[in-house]
Amino acid sequence: MRKPSLRAYRIVSLFMLGCLLFNYPILALFNVGATAAGVPVLYVYLFVAWGIMIALAAVVIEGGS
Amino acid sequence: MLQGWFIVTVSFAYIGLLFAVAWFADKRAAQGRSIISNAWVYSLSLAVYATAWTFYGSVGRAATDGVGFLPIYLGPTLTMLVGWFVLRKMVRIARLNRTTSLADFVASRYGKSALIGGLVTVIAVIGILPYISLQLKAVSTSFQILLGYPEVVMPLKVGSVVVMQDTAFYVALFMALFAIAFGTRQLDAAERHEGMVAAVAFESIVKLIAFLAVGVYVAYFMYDGLGDLFARAAGRPDLEVLMAPLGGAAGSYASWVWLTVLSMFAIVFLPRQFQVAVIENTDERHLKRAAWLFPLYMLAINVFVLPIAFGGLLHFPLGNVDADTFVLTLPMTQKAEGLALLVFIGGLSAATGMVIVEAIALSTMICNDLVMPILLRVRAFRLSEQRDLSSLLLDIRRAAIIALLMGGYFYYLLAGEAYALVSIGLISFAAAAQFAPAVIFGLYWRGGTRTGALAGLLAGFSVWTYTLLLPAFAKSDWLGADLIEHGPWGIELLRPTQLFGLAGLDQITHAMIWSMIANVGAYMVGSVLRRQSAAEHVQATLFVDVYQQTGEPGSPWRGATSASALQTLVGRFLGPGRAVELFTAYARLRGVKGVDELEGDRDLVRFAELQLAGTIGAASARTMVATVAQEEPLGLEEVMTIIDEASQVIAYSHRLEEKQGELEAATQELRAANERLKELDRLKDDFISTVTHELRTPLTSIRAFSEILHDNPDLGPAERQRFLGLVIKESERLTRLINQVLDLAKIESGLAEWRTAELDMREIVLEAVNATSAIFKSRGVRIDTRIEPMVPSVMADRDRLMQVLLNLLSNAAKFCTPGTGRVEVRLASDGDVVRVDVEDNGVGISPENQALIFEKFRQVGDTLTEKPSGTGLGLAICLRIVGHFGGRLWVESEPGRGSVFSFDLPIPASDARRLVANA
Amino acid sequence: MAKRVLIAEDEPSIVTSLEFLMRQCGFETRSAADGEEALSLLATFRPHLVLLDIMLPRRSGLELCRLIRDDAALAGTRVLMLTAKGGHRDIDRGHQAGADDYVTKPFSTQDLVARAKALLADPVLHLAPGSTPGDSP
Repeated sequence: MRKPSLRAYRIVSLFMLGCLLFNYPILALFNVGATAAGVPVLYVYLFVAWGIMIALAAVVIEGGS
Repeated sequence: MLQGWFIVTVSFAYIGLLFAVAWFADKRAAQGRSIISNAWVYSLSLAVYATAWTFYGSVGRAATDGVGFLPIYLGPTLTMLVGWFVLRKMVRIARLNRTTSLADFVASRYGKSALIGGLVTVIAVIGILPYISLQLKAVSTSFQILLGYPEVVMPLKVGSVVVMQDTAFYVALFMALFAIAFGTRQLDAAERHEGMVAAVAFESIVKLIAFLAVGVYVAYFMYDGLGDLFARAAGRPDLEVLMAPLGGAAGSYASWVWLTVLSMFAIVFLPRQFQVAVIENTDERHLKRAAWLFPLYMLAINVFVLPIAFGGLLHFPLGNVDADTFVLTLPMTQKAEGLALLVFIGGLSAATGMVIVEAIALSTMICNDLVMPILLRVRAFRLSEQRDLSSLLLDIRRAAIIALLMGGYFYYLLAGEAYALVSIGLISFAAAAQFAPAVIFGLYWRGGTRTGALAGLLAGFSVWTYTLLLPAFAKSDWLGADLIEHGPWGIELLRPTQLFGLAGLDQITHAMIWSMIANVGAYMVGSVLRRQSAAEHVQATLFVDVYQQTGEPGSPWRGATSASALQTLVGRFLGPGRAVELFTAYARLRGVKGVDELEGDRDLVRFAELQLAGTIGAASARTMVATVAQEEPLGLEEVMTIIDEASQVIAYSHRLEEKQGELEAATQELRAANERLKELDRLKDDFISTVTHELRTPLTSIRAFSEILHDNPDLGPAERQRFLGLVIKESERLTRLINQVLDLAKIESGLAEWRTAELDMREIVLEAVNATSAIFKSRGVRIDTRIEPMVPSVMADRDRLMQVLLNLLSNAAKFCTPGTGRVEVRLASDGDVVRVDVEDNGVGISPENQALIFEKFRQVGDTLTEKPSGTGLGLAICLRIVGHFGGRLWVESEPGRGSVFSFDLPIPASDARRLVANA
Repeated sequence: MAKRVLIAEDEPSIVTSLEFLMRQCGFETRSAADGEEALSLLATFRPHLVLLDIMLPRRSGLELCRLIRDDAALAGTRVLMLTAKGGHRDIDRGHQAGADDYVTKPFSTQDLVARAKALLADPVLHLAPGSTPGDSP
């Protein structure tokens, strides 16, 4: 096999970051009744984290080599 | 306004639009200007993942457990990240092997096994039927609710109307026709459906717009934005639990994790997802765009799920409206007719998109991996003799699509009422997840075998059936609830929802845990239990090492046949016209005029097999080619054994080569060491032998003259005196020799004592000249000195240096011609060293002898009158003395013109500048 | 007629002692300090006996010995090898080269003289090397 590229390592790192962000115990930190701008923090967290993941994926995978 | 005929008309108009899109895409594809070969279209087509279940069901699930629906979309986000590795590999393999479906893919990996293909098909069909029924339910429910406009009335219970009056039945029927029209109009060797993909991508846009429209409407028109919505919900004690639902309403964290894993698998292994992501992929690079665009799509379609859910819960506080319908019923209550209709169309898009792709994917599997292998094997059908099978293939697929939709409808009748949309969908997800071990291990582990795959699939599917399908039926009163509550035959340990007493988990998590253990376990055990067959080995390598392949994969066929036989065979499945086209094109490619000139060689057989594989699957293609191309006596098994052995031999010989290299190097070293030892031994022998000789020589004279003197008392006084002189001279020589041999031995063994001190060379040189002046005088040789006034001191042993100087001086005296002989001693310093030269104008030393004179017992350059009286050890000792103090000793000479013996000694660094004052 | 003895030896003091011992026996002697000199004396002096040092400069004693044995004209010449090393190897090599006898340095003068006389008294010497039959004693 070819030697894995830096991009490959970045992708795998991002994947592991995603596994961490969308999992216990990080989730439990936001699983509280509080709200941010009127919206429950858990919902805000999930969508913001998700959005960041997508943005990072776009940069890492589509970005320049 | 929203009357039945209107809704139906709009629906058909919309479907007509889809056909137009598809027709356009197909036309463009035929022109070679594909519109689907585009990363955006590819990403949108993946959004077929968002079905009616997403469209309606997410809100339903959110209404009961808050964020609990999200893992279903987070999982695919993660999968798409690593899709660049995993999906790309699958795409590459599928393209090289002309894979037509998921079943074909798995079968192909495990030695083109028809059994595996069939099993995958059965699992897929049974597993996906609930999912199809879900779409039917969603469409018919939304239709019925919309019919009730402006009232919001929940539809009647399933089964309470007769089939012929059931909306769902007609939805199923129309969808079947729709799918047939989309997917089975023609037979293509590539099994790509550009029109279908274009339509699906289009639908993805429609459903997203519809959902976002509802979301914005609910959040910003019905309520004052998200803050207001959530604030109001927070005021309701029964909704408070949804604000932080994890570990409570949304189930345990374990459920969350397993749901994520489940959806990670589903995004690849649901037959329709495999179809759009792998089979319909036109360019691997599209995966890059899809890696973020598809997750972004899912984020967008989910962002308003919670607001709509809360809006619905707030708006229908009595709970008499099914949360699965909030998306539709909320606009209806506001008399937003147009929006309601858009929602219905959006839901229809989501449902039809799923059903079309799923039906096409499954019907291809049913045809290629289930029906055809059976038909081709059962001789009674005499299928292999028929002229044109292409229409038969299409008919099989059409029938399969109708059967699928009808199956979905009946599942809907049986179990549809008992579950919410999401639960039904998850059952199908869990079924699709059963393909994961066979495919993923198959992609990365060459050792996975057909037996393992069969065992894993069977075990996983059995557990799935027992823990998910049975309870679904039981819940619908079709099976007794006894089985669920008390286990079969009252054995509580075997209760399908708490197998072996594993309690406290939701049904999906429970089923996933057990089915994955069974699946992976059986796969492993099966794989290590039996050796792979040759065909399996070939395919496993093709899959795992797909990136190492450059062209089309090699087919192990060795058979030879005629080109026309192969063309006829391909023609039977693809139509004779298409076959002529393909073979003519191939002939051109090979640079021959026509099909007649093509040789029925291995390459052509492979070409034909690939064409067939694109239509009837790899397993069947292989069977069919076997009918015209006979294998040569050398069996596959043997070929593979040979290849295996050859590769082992290559590896082994490579290792041997390395070892041999090492051995040769070691041998060389040993040989060199041995030579060196021998040389040392020889030198030692020579030395001892030489020393012996040198000792015996003076001893011989001494003894002879002593005996002569003893035996001849009457010898004349002169002669007596001469003999006695000789005895004395030889005795001295002997003494000198013994001293020097001992001296040399001491120096060489490191036992010599060195009394190192700071020395003034000037003093030593002068003393040495003084000591030898008598010899020079007696030989008539002049000696002069030229000594620099300032010479740095050196570190050396005074006596030893004196020994060196005396030796050089006496040698010089010895080799000079008496009378004309002249010797000059010079002492100088150049800052780094102190140098002494002893120059004579004697006989000189030939160049070849200049190196030899420093060796032991080498005496060259005879004196003019007699043999040298030296021992042959003097210079050897001098060399070692000078070397001991870090200096050099050398000679420059020209025969006949004299020699210069020189030595130098380093000036100690600290004393380099300190000059010894002129004494 | 006096027997002719050639002394081929490079050590001057040993030559002196050998000359004294041989002349004392009444033999006529000539000395050679190296192999080449010995070779020319072999041709001109035609010795009955050669006292041959095995380690001669320029041409070794062994080589000279072989030449003597190969030369038909020197068939009657006896060779008494003088070796300083005294090892079996040298003795063997001397015999192989055709030496009639050998003594090891340092030698007993009486022993050497006895061996030389014995060699010269050998009946084979009735045909003196290079001499006409009439020359024989």
